[in-house]
Amino acid sequence: MLFRKLALLAVTLTWLSLVKAQEEDLLSLVGSDEKPEKQYVDYAFKSSRVIMSHSMELIRPGVMDLRILHRFGNINKGIYEMFGLDNASMRLGFDFGLSKNLMIGIGRSTNKKELDGFFKYRLIHQSHGPGSIPFSLLFVGGSSMTLLKFTDTTRKNYFSSRLGYYGQMILGRKFSESFSLQFMPTVVHRNLVPRPEDPNDVFAAGIATRVKLSKRISLNVDYYYRLNPNPADGTKNPLSVGFDIETGGHVFQLHFTNASGMNEKVFLLETTNDWAKGDIQFGFNISRSFQLKKKK
Amino acid sequence: MKKLFIAVAAATIGLVSVQAQDKFFTKSGKISFYSKAALENIEAHNKAVTCVLDTRTGALQFAVLMKGFEFEKALMQEHFNENYVESHKFPKADFKGQVINNTEVNYSKDGVYPVKVKGKLTIHGETKDVETAGKIMVKQGKLVADANFNVDLADYKIEIPKIVKDNISKTVNIAIDCSLEPLKG
Repeated sequence: MLFRKLALLAVTLTWLSLVKAQEEDLLSLVGSDEKPEKQYVDYAFKSSRVIMSHSMELIRPGVMDLRILHRFGNINKGIYEMFGLDNASMRLGFDFGLSKNLMIGIGRSTNKKELDGFFKYRLIHQSHGPGSIPFSLLFVGGSSMTLLKFTDTTRKNYFSSRLGYYGQMILGRKFSESFSLQFMPTVVHRNLVPRPEDPNDVFAAGIATRVKLSKRISLNVDYYYRLNPNPADGTKNPLSVGFDIETGGHVFQLHFTNASGMNEKVFLLETTNDWAKGDIQFGFNISRSFQLKKKK
Repeated sequence: MKKLFIAVAAATIGLVSVQAQDKFFTKSGKISFYSKAALENIEAHNKAVTCVLDTRTGALQFAVLMKGFEFEKALMQEHFNENYVESHKFPKADFKGQVINNTEVNYSKDGVYPVKVKGKLTIHGETKDVETAGKIMVKQGKLVADANFNVDLADYKIEIPKIVKDNISKTVNIAIDCSLEPLKG
C-alpha cells in the first residue's frame, strides 16, 4: 500500500518536473544568441578629445560636436590678474562624424588668430570575441594657419609661413570600464621657425589616460615628451590634468595645464610655462552634441 | 496499480513528444519603449528580440539584448547603455511568465484573442512581478503577440539624476510586437 503511494508520488513528481523543466528551457530550445560574436569596444573616452589631444574615440556618424574651449592666464599672476581669468583665450570648433571610422573638424583660436582643421581615421577598432584585436589604431592629420598680419612688412613674407601641419598615430586600449590608455606618436611641422637653429619638424611621444571616477565623471591626463626640441628656445613639454563631467547632451572639461594654445602646433611647439614654477593655467571646455542626420 | 503506472508513464512520454509541435518562436521580435517628459521625448526600438511561446501550457519567455535598442540620437544610445541600464554589467533583460487564460485561446482557429500575461521581468539585474493584458492573433498557422504596459524605472534601480529629471520620465511605456512561427523539431 505504502509502496504504491510512494511510486505514484515519484511518478507524479517526475511528470511535474518534466513539465516545469520544459517551461524553464523554452529559450534555450530556440538556441538563442549565445553564439560568440565579435563585439566592438566603445566609450573608451567620453569625448573625441582627452584634454588637448585627440582621443581614440570618434564622433558618431551624422553627429556634430560643438566645442568651445577656454584657456585662462597663469594662476600665479596673482589677484590683480584675477589669477589668470582676466587673460582668456578661446577656440571655437565644430567636429563632424562622417562614418563609423572617419571624422573631420575645423576650428579657430583667438590665440594668434589661428584656423585649424583635421581628419581622424580609425584603422583598427578594439574588439573582443572571435577574431578580435585588443586595441584601437587611428591616424590623425591636421593643419593650422595663422591669420595674423605680418609684423615686418619690409621683408618678403610668404603665405606658406602661416602654415603648420601635424600627423599623429593613436594606439589605445580600453582596459576596463574605468581605465583607458593611449599612446600618440606625433610629428609636427612648421614652415616658418623663430630661429635658424630651430627644427622645422619636431617629433613627440604622447601619452594620455582616463580614469572613470563615477558614471559621469572621469579624470584625464594628457602629456607629450618632445624628442628633438631646441633646448635653448625655452619651450617646455605640455602636460594637462583635468576632469570630464557629463550631463545630458553636454560634456564639461575642467583642467589645469601649462600648455599654450589649443591646437597641436601651438601646444607642442610654443608652450613656455613650467609646472615646476607654478605657471599653471585653468581651462574650461564645453562640448555639445547635435544629431544632424537622424539614424533611422 | 501497474496499469496506473503505465498510463502515467505513457502520458509523460506523450507529453515529451507532443510538446515540440506546440511551440512558437521568433528571433526578430520587436520591443519599443517610450518616455514622455517635459523637456524631451525618448523612443527606442529593438528588432532582435527572442520570444518563445508554448501554446500547450501558455508558458511565455522573452530575451532582449540591451545593446540592441536603437535610438535616433547616437548620444542617447550611448548614455542609455553606459549610464542608465549599464549594459556592460547587465547585457540582457528577460521575461519568464505565463499566459493565464491560455485555455481560452484556440491556437488552431484564426482570430484575435485577448490574453492576460503574468510573470517575472528582469531588467538591470532586478526582477519584479508584472501582469499585463495583451493580444494573441492567430493567422494561418502563425501568431502575433501584442502587449503594452508601463514600467517604473525605480523598480529596476535605474537612476535618473536630478539634472535630467525633466528629460526622462519616471514611468516608461513598453510595447511588444512579436510575430511567432512554429518551432520545428
